[in-house]
Amino acid sequence: MKGDKNMKLESNFKNMVLVLTIISLIAAGVLGAVYTVTEEPIAIAKAEKQQAAIQQVLNGFDRLEDETVNGLLVHKAYQGDAFVGAAVESETNGFGGKIKIMVGFDKEGNIIDYAILQQAETPGLGTKMVDWFKTDKNNQNIKGKNPEKNKLTVTKDGGEVDAITAATISSRAFLAAVNLAYNAYAANSGAPAVNVVSGATQHIATDSVASAVADTVQVPTDSINALNE
Amino acid sequence: MKSLKVILNGLVTENPTFVLLLGMCPTLGTTSSAINGMSMGLATTFVLICSNVVISLIKNLVPDKVRIPAYVVVIAAFVSVLQMCMEAYVPAIYETLGLFIPLIVVNCIVLGRAEAFAAKNNAWYSALDGVGIGLGFTFALTLLGAIRELLGTGKVFSMTVFSENYGALVFVLAPGAFIALGYLIAIVNKIRKA
Repeated sequence: MKGDKNMKLESNFKNMVLVLTIISLIAAGVLGAVYTVTEEPIAIAKAEKQQAAIQQVLNGFDRLEDETVNGLLVHKAYQGDAFVGAAVESETNGFGGKIKIMVGFDKEGNIIDYAILQQAETPGLGTKMVDWFKTDKNNQNIKGKNPEKNKLTVTKDGGEVDAITAATISSRAFLAAVNLAYNAYAANSGAPAVNVVSGATQHIATDSVASAVADTVQVPTDSINALNE
Repeated sequence: MKSLKVILNGLVTENPTFVLLLGMCPTLGTTSSAINGMSMGLATTFVLICSNVVISLIKNLVPDKVRIPAYVVVIAAFVSVLQMCMEAYVPAIYETLGLFIPLIVVNCIVLGRAEAFAAKNNAWYSALDGVGIGLGFTFALTLLGAIRELLGTGKVFSMTVFSENYGALVFVLAPGAFIALGYLIAIVNKIRKA
């Protein structure tokens, strides 16, 4: 034990700076190496997940066309030349962070299915959204509903969907994401948009208000331009 | 003989959760179900073993006054390696646990064992200490998770034992974690004293 003590490097300034720098450099090197090795598998895993989600939320299509609407990625599905529906990637802020979902609509705008791509909700509560909204129990199921005809907000807010027990905020955020997805889908197919009731955070609502305002402002300037010409 | 003693020390005599009461934050936060508790325990075990070995190897090279920052860098590096590997090769588990993995860095069990054990013993015993403490932590988290899952939702490892309608939701929530942990510690102490 006494030998050990003597072998220990003295705590002077030079030793401390040197040792900490070397340890940090080695750690950085190791992390860099692991990052390079895992970068590709991570990208593949993410792409696979996205593909699996598209397969899950759409049925019967043979090619996809990707398009960005309102900042959301819309995968339009075609069977031959006929438009059969679209899978929309949508996101909002939930109770514990970003919620990213993929919602599939058929060509009438009915919800076929949904998949959760990313979420950080409370385990055992908000995380139930993975299958809560597709379980046939009371008014939980949103599959087959059309956000244009059915008011897809929680019953507490006057909607027709039962919120997850003890996770109303997560439920609101999830349904807001579904409605946002529908709006992106509708903007593409010409159907009227629905109001988005935001969940945990208000900035989504204000965002859509801002873009709506921007849209209306757009019209006068266009007509002024027309007059000038 | 001493090897076995080192492992048993972590599992029973100095069980990090029930006896040392260390790492309460991940204990209470991640045990809403048995599988979550177990995965968190195993991830922590991996980091404990690796960091214990490396720290016992470099203990004489690190000046005393900067040992804590040096240990934290080592631990954080292993946690990041674990996180990237999990995301790449077991994305399903990473999805449920992703949020908790970075928290292992600040788990006081890992730094505590580095300071109390690895800095004074050789690499072999330090590795065994990592195994013992890690498994003790895993056992405690799995048990607590199973109890909370059963009382809260009527399931254990997602297998239904009784209908969810009879579950007391409070056990899945934070207060239930405190109640269940309190009773578990009381029972363990009773058994140890007997």
